[in-house]
Amino acid sequence: MRVQQPAATGLDLERVDGRAKVLGLAPYAYEHPAENPTYLYPVQSTIARGRITAIDTAAAETMDGVVAVLTHLNAPRLADAADKELAVLQSDEVGFRGQFVAAVVADSPEAAREAAARVRVQYHQEPHHAALRADHEDLYKPEQINAGLETDTQAGDPDAALASAAVVVDRTYTTPAEHNNPMEPHTTVAQWEGDRLLVFDSTQAVHNARKTLAPLFDVEVEQIRVVAPHVGGGFGSKGLPHAHVVLTALAAKVTGGRPVKYALTRQQMFFLAGYRTPTIQRLQLGASPDGRISVLTHDVVEQTSAIKEFAEQTAGISRMMYSADHRRTTHRLASLDVPVPSWMRAPGECPGSFGLEVAMDELAEACGIDPIELRVRNEPAIDPETGKPFASRHLLACLREGARRFGWERRNAQPGTVLVDGWRTGIGVAASTYPARRQPANTARIRFTADGFYEVQIGAVDLGTGAWTALTQIAAEALECGPEQVRLQIGDTDLPVATVAGGSSGTASWGSAIIGAAQMFRKEHGGFPSAGDTSEGDGERNPAGKNYALHSFGAQFAEVQVHADTGEIRVSRMLGVYSAGRIINPRTARSQFLGGMTMGIGMALHEQSVMDERFGMIVNHDFADYHVPSNADIRQLEAFWLEEVDEHAGPLGARGIGEIGIVGAAAAVANAAYNATGIRVRDLPLTADKFLT
Amino acid sequence: MKPFDYARAASPPEAVAAVAGNPAAAFLAGGTNLVDHMKLGIAAPEQLVDISHLPLDKIEGTDDGGLRLGATVPNSDLAAHPLVRQRYPVLSQALLSGASGQLRNAATTGGNLLQRTRCIYFQDVTTPCNKRNPGSGCSALEGYTRYHAILGASMDCVAVHPSDMAVAMAALNARVEILGPSGDRSVGLHSFHRLPQDQPQRDTVLEHGELITAVVLPPLPEGTRSAYRKVRDRASYAFALVSVAAVLRLEEPTETDDGDGPASPPKIAEVRLALGGVAHKPWRATFAEEALRGQPATEEKFRRAIDAELQHAVPLPDNAFKVTMVRNTVVSVLRELCGVDQSSGGAGTPASGGEDRP
Ligand SMILES: Cc1cc2nc3c(=O)[nH]c(=O)nc-3n(C[C@H](O)[C@H](O)[C@H](O)COP(=O)(O)OP(=O)(O)OC[C@H]3O[C@@H](n4cnc5c(N)ncnc54)[C@H](O)[C@@H]3O)c2cc1C
Ligand code: SF4
Repeated sequence: MRVQQPAATGLDLERVDGRAKVLGLAPYAYEHPAENPTYLYPVQSTIARGRITAIDTAAAETMDGVVAVLTHLNAPRLADAADKELAVLQSDEVGFRGQFVAAVVADSPEAAREAAARVRVQYHQEPHHAALRADHEDLYKPEQINAGLETDTQAGDPDAALASAAVVVDRTYTTPAEHNNPMEPHTTVAQWEGDRLLVFDSTQAVHNARKTLAPLFDVEVEQIRVVAPHVGGGFGSKGLPHAHVVLTALAAKVTGGRPVKYALTRQQMFFLAGYRTPTIQRLQLGASPDGRISVLTHDVVEQTSAIKEFAEQTAGISRMMYSADHRRTTHRLASLDVPVPSWMRAPGECPGSFGLEVAMDELAEACGIDPIELRVRNEPAIDPETGKPFASRHLLACLREGARRFGWERRNAQPGTVLVDGWRTGIGVAASTYPARRQPANTARIRFTADGFYEVQIGAVDLGTGAWTALTQIAAEALECGPEQVRLQIGDTDLPVATVAGGSSGTASWGSAIIGAAQMFRKEHGGFPSAGDTSEGDGERNPAGKNYALHSFGAQFAEVQVHADTGEIRVSRMLGVYSAGRIINPRTARSQFLGGMTMGIGMALHEQSVMDERFGMIVNHDFADYHVPSNADIRQLEAFWLEEVDEHAGPLGARGIGEIGIVGAAAAVANAAYNATGIRVRDLPLTADKFLT
Repeated sequence: MKPFDYARAASPPEAVAAVAGNPAAAFLAGGTNLVDHMKLGIAAPEQLVDISHLPLDKIEGTDDGGLRLGATVPNSDLAAHPLVRQRYPVLSQALLSGASGQLRNAATTGGNLLQRTRCIYFQDVTTPCNKRNPGSGCSALEGYTRYHAILGASMDCVAVHPSDMAVAMAALNARVEILGPSGDRSVGLHSFHRLPQDQPQRDTVLEHGELITAVVLPPLPEGTRSAYRKVRDRASYAFALVSVAAVLRLEEPTETDDGDGPASPPKIAEVRLALGGVAHKPWRATFAEEALRGQPATEEKFRRAIDAELQHAVPLPDNAFKVTMVRNTVVSVLRELCGVDQSSGGAGTPASGGEDRP
């Protein structure tokens, strides 16, 4: 049976998993039925650095319902303890405050928690460093930075060019540590059956998760099954397994085969699930009086954990965004006694765009030209870093379309001049970009069922983005059938291998494999398959990457109101226009863009993880004190995109949309706040106190 | 969480007897603060005496024209009550500016008054805190103090009281009615909450086992206006950085106005100002009130009056901005209540126009 259908991609299809979610039937990690389960609650270190000298577990062990109390003294050994974030309960060393130092497994979550509170730990405390400072003594240059990029780059002679530039902007911008805070907490349910491990995990990558776990437990990857059909957000923090996954699997070794369930509390997520490093960014832009940039430098200081390195590629954006003959980017790390930083929505581009795009606004003002015009004048013909042509670069089209829709021409170039009902009002713009990545190593399988459906299988993960729906559409289009004839299966290592739902690469990477499998299926089984007919297909690395620079672009516009008396700040309007290749499903795509912009408003106005150096601890570690936008903070948000199919993006023509919505958002808000008030805030977040006069 | 017993009291006296007789017992109303504290390890009562169903949920007129607000009236009902909205808008506004709809449905009048500080060190049992653990030290003093006090603090504690409702009630000269093991008493709201001094563990003058039964609002003279303004770090669902409750009456305009020339500003007959987010209790700005009484309602007078109050402020490293924020917010609220035009934006920079909204 084969029904010819119009192309299924591009359809405004409702989420195929929507009904199950609304009815509460879509199982998240913690909700999977587990027989005779046990529950884990950890004990966390109360020092930032030192050694455990004694642990008294007696009071915990004798409590009713306690199955086991694990410490570094009695926990099963891991086969590989090289990754100190993951080597839980393997030694007496403490590398950051909040680290796991013990864990209780009990018959009920209440018993586990109460018993954990009764574990007494003594330490030998050593002096720690936990606060990032630009003048930190031992800043070092990492070998490479995230995404495998070079740590430093240089072209021409930036210092000489700065000395001779007619107009120079030389400013330092800072962004605070931020925590990903998906709604669904990080959760693991683990069970050993003999030497086979079954894990229900809230993860962005089932296959990566088991690849990480296998050597730790000295088993083959095939002995581990990781299942994650539905995930309630991750924003990068579930891209790599964190310590709790190992801890839960370790604990499951001592329960006699009973499953162990563990969901981090919100407070624990501030210590154990990754976060965005704080950044200190010095930008120097040198230009001619008419705004043509001759030199651009972006020097970054940021932090990593002493127990494991993560180097955010903050200045990466300054390598490709604007033309400048002389350029330099550097990254230096302070190695601190803090939790391990990691991926958070648009690592690199997100914080980096704050420095770069506010500096551009400052340059526009210094030159007396419109900020959009400044970007027009510095639009590169080719990628300034690699010298390759851009496969698709429609930044100017995004800026122009956004300007038209937003009413940019009504902007008053003189800051601090518009007062509406007691609110100073202004508008601002920033550019956005994100690399178009496609991961190889994806395989999809398609099987025709006896009842006439196409079963499409791939170990992809939908972390709430809409992958269930988009992949269904891609499969339908490739098979030339209706979406209702596709039965998608994802989120399980029993399915063919797939890469991470991250780096805005999921749809393009998995989609390519699905298209490959569909083509293979038709080739092998034709248009009238029989029940059981099966084919597989693989994705591939995008060959266009050799000859082209592959990026998406966008323009962010914000209208900001600052109360003239109290300094309170609101984003009254925000509008983004994006060029991200083909849009598979406008409904889920809009959600991604709006979600990115919303998180960008959070970054601009609210989010800040406050380090108390004395304790080596993020002190505002809950949702009452770590603010993300409330409904009332998000007023009018609009997202548009250019109709385009990127021929260099692969068979799908799509790039990726998960991250570009946050890039540049905070800068647009800061630039609008300046336009409203004449007060230039270079340190996020933009809180009321910074606008008090 | 430690195991605990739970009992429903059959009457207010029984509830009092149950709690007074057991040092480890506590009243449970909406539970939105107490249950949180039990989870966080801040409170570990052995017995909860549930009072949420007691017949203390009425809002009634008093003989002198005021209102008696039952201790278990939900915050959302109180905010929505027609008499409250009509006579005491400041209270309705304060309630609606607090927490979220769901929380206000559960939270009660009595529980709201007794909610404890949101000081992050108080809430994290792994850090020293004199309020939670007397004598252990105050972590906030040299820590993160953005939300802490600028008035009336001590070296032992610099926390602020988080309630919005209580700030409005302080400006309304409310009284708290209390039932204790040995009978009734009534305390003015202003003296109900304490300053920390050397006993920060004591938030209020309430003794263990004493039950709040109601809050009484005295009547307000005809022509009294009131308003609540809360400045916070996001548009809703956040505790105050600073807040202002103002209750005010202007003198009747005198007949000397002949219609020509600019009318002279009306005079302030009566004013009460309470500040939130600045102290261990709702802070009555009595110096400012005194400086305003009988004075013409002008921006200049407002500013001078609040400065008279704020000269006593002792800000901490992270919250020096609160002094300016309080000043500007008070001026803003008084301007609005007195119908004074904004002569200048904030406390300085002139602003122009209003037409060319982008
Ligand atoms: C996320 C969040 C945000 C919030 N935001 C705000 C805000 O912006 N502004 C604000 O003002 N508040 C806010 N609150 C606090 C909220 O207003 C209080 O939690 C609530 O008012 C407490 O009332 P309750 O009835 O639940 O008290 P409970 O938690 O039941 O009790 C609190 C305390 O009072 C005692 N108690 C209760 N009733 C009596 C009585 N009648 N007599 C004697 N003792 C009694 C209890 O024993 C307990 O010690 C917020 C709370 C949360 C959780
Ligand atoms: S300010 Fe008060 S509540 Fe906060 S830590 Fe100090 S003593 Fe504790």
